[in-house]
Amino acid sequence: MAAKQGWLLRNHKFFERHSYILLVGILITVAIGGLIEIAPLFYLKNTIEKVEGVRPYTPLELAGQNIYLREGCYVCHSQMIRPLRDEVERYGHYSLAAESMYDHPFQWGSKRTGPDLARVGGKYSDEWHKQHLVDPRSLVPESIMPPYAFLSSQPLDFAGIRRDMSTLRVAGVPYTDAMIDRATDDVLAQAGGEYDVEAMKSDYGAIAGRDGTVLIRDFDGAPGEPSEMDALIAYLQVLGTMVDFSTYEAEDLSNKR
Amino acid sequence: MAAESLRTARLDPSSAAVGIVLLVVLVLGFAGAANATDVGFAAHSWMFLIAAAAGLAALLGWHEAGDKTPTFDKAFYEEGVVKAGIVATMFWGVAGFLVGLIIALQLTWPNIFYFPELPWTNFGRLRPLHTSAVIFAFGGNALIATSFYVVQRTCRTRLAGGMWAWFVFWGYQLFIAVAATGYLMGVTQGKEYAEPEWYADLWLTVVWVAYLAVFLATILRRKEPHIYVANWFYLAFIVTIAMLHIVNNISLPASLAGGKSYSVFSGVQSALIQWWYGHNAVGFFLTAGFLAMMYYFIPKRVERPVWSYRLSIVHFWSLIFIYIWAGPHHLHYTALPQWAQTLGMTFSIMLWMPSWGGMINGLMTLSGAWDKLRTDPVVRMLVVSVAFYGMATFEGPLMSVREVNALSHYTDWGIGHVHSGALGWVGFVTFGSMYCLTQWVWKRPKLYSNSLVEWHFWIATLGIVLYIASMWVSGIMEGLMWRAYNDFGFLEYSFVETVSAKHISYIIRALGGGLFLLGALIMIYNLVRTARGDVPVEDRNRAPAAPTLQHAE
Repeated sequence: MAAKQGWLLRNHKFFERHSYILLVGILITVAIGGLIEIAPLFYLKNTIEKVEGVRPYTPLELAGQNIYLREGCYVCHSQMIRPLRDEVERYGHYSLAAESMYDHPFQWGSKRTGPDLARVGGKYSDEWHKQHLVDPRSLVPESIMPPYAFLSSQPLDFAGIRRDMSTLRVAGVPYTDAMIDRATDDVLAQAGGEYDVEAMKSDYGAIAGRDGTVLIRDFDGAPGEPSEMDALIAYLQVLGTMVDFSTYEAEDLSNKR
Repeated sequence: MAAESLRTARLDPSSAAVGIVLLVVLVLGFAGAANATDVGFAAHSWMFLIAAAAGLAALLGWHEAGDKTPTFDKAFYEEGVVKAGIVATMFWGVAGFLVGLIIALQLTWPNIFYFPELPWTNFGRLRPLHTSAVIFAFGGNALIATSFYVVQRTCRTRLAGGMWAWFVFWGYQLFIAVAATGYLMGVTQGKEYAEPEWYADLWLTVVWVAYLAVFLATILRRKEPHIYVANWFYLAFIVTIAMLHIVNNISLPASLAGGKSYSVFSGVQSALIQWWYGHNAVGFFLTAGFLAMMYYFIPKRVERPVWSYRLSIVHFWSLIFIYIWAGPHHLHYTALPQWAQTLGMTFSIMLWMPSWGGMINGLMTLSGAWDKLRTDPVVRMLVVSVAFYGMATFEGPLMSVREVNALSHYTDWGIGHVHSGALGWVGFVTFGSMYCLTQWVWKRPKLYSNSLVEWHFWIATLGIVLYIASMWVSGIMEGLMWRAYNDFGFLEYSFVETVSAKHISYIIRALGGGLFLLGALIMIYNLVRTARGDVPVEDRNRAPAAPTLQHAE
């Protein structure tokens, strides 16, 4: 084997004979793509549109989102309407980046075994949601969704809700001290309890920049302690309803990305 | 007595270090169990506590047994941990395939596994169990077992680190058990393929660093001047998965005594980091690591050198460089800025070339030994896996084109694509490697039954074909139905009509998955008989004395 080795084989020895150099070479090679694609998203100002209406979730909605995660709803339902004619007609205005900016983590999903839920808020009544979650096929006979009857009987555990909100504040969600201090009461208040709701409405309205995004009622129609059903329906009913699209200028240059 | 033997016996340093780690886990597990604020965290604290206690007991028992010379020095190659890895791979494989079959049946007949009051029986909790079991438990154990075997042979040295290799093995099983029970209890971060909560992620990080250390230390003490190509791929897999795992799982626990944590990333950034992770879990866990298996087991089994050394260099570096960029193709037409989508698409198309470079190098390694395709069903399995790799890595770039993705995204086409890679490529190359490994580490001249391998091969291949064909049909059909308009300019179908239209495809898919599972069960029977050293069927049929007529071969 006296054949002269080519340039590539000669020089690749450098990596092949030194494990640390190989290791560092690999690390540098695999770091480049991610750095170039991901890092700009944190500082390019036009990554997220400036819109009015998007606000952090109320404590009850946040508890609902955590149930949504716990049950793995995201494996079958997306929350991302693409700007394609049929999707916009089926589900509503295409999703904006701003609408998920308080979702830790994002819930865009990757599969539509069931329909998109990005704008499911306000489309169906609370009673419909409850019946559908308890027994999906009682309302949609061809549905293949699993049943979630247990949500009605399980009381909502919101003992840790203030800690959850403080944690999210560290991650960048603009909860105020007042919102966090009042969180436990706000859960009961939003689910239709005998509590003052004005402070909650004005605090969340102030961040949203508009009123009327906080829905207050007994979501599961069962008086008393809030159930997990209350929280999940409160979350579903707010999805996609925060932005006032009558004022959104899709063609404005600042919203083009 | 115990103290005396501790003094007299030579204390193996790696065992002592592992013991200290286990002690720390024991204390943390105790603290967690005592302060837990939720049921899931309490259960997992107990699991860690019991596992650490069992590990410590095993360490002490092994020490007490009076082995003056640690078992690590007895044989040249460490094969115990490889044997354990084969068992774990096949166990988790069958578990993962079974859960996959169950959830496929749930989607087909939603009322047959119907428990409205039992949350853990629902698709939403079982699906992560399936994906994690097949990717991380089945695939992960296959990668760890084969890498431990291959790195020793190709470096002609014993596995470094002594007890640490066993720590990696059992630590990884503990991670799987914690993750799997967590899914059933609803403990999840809500990120696909990265569901385990913060404490499980931390534990996996510890195990993974130990894995990297064992692997790298073994390479460091190699008796070969060059590092073999399979080890480049294993190293890239281990290092990159560490990077992806750590970045994607950066989160803030709401409480140190509770399971719930919140990702520090939100919205767009969260989405791209997740799919940077998700796509490269495919690229580095399910591709680079398994290409390492291809680069060892195919040349070894057919007794031919790798076809082109030059190609392996070129396709290694280009593959690992380009793969990382491809993540945004999971986010076409979403709120992710378009420049990032375009970058992702561009690199995904470029990725076709290094992928096929690997495929060509694997297939052409059979040059001069093509007859083995006919005579050795294990070789056929390995080669067909590379063919499936080629198919899936052509389909992937195709689906990453924005206009194709508009149709394919969110549909069953994605599920079909994943399974042609997972069942065809990852599954078959693992099966082929496990057939080889079982025969080799248990030192058997041949497998118990080649005809059972044939049966496995054809049953599983039929299963894959049924699976991916049915998903192509249902995926493209539902994609077209979603965008269909009637003559009046209205959407033609309601969503649920597209669901019921897929029923037949779902039946066929479940049948395909069932066949794949059946094949794996046949394989386990064959492997057990091989490991036990039973007389191979083919030898038994050959009558000892009177020669009989045989088929011309």
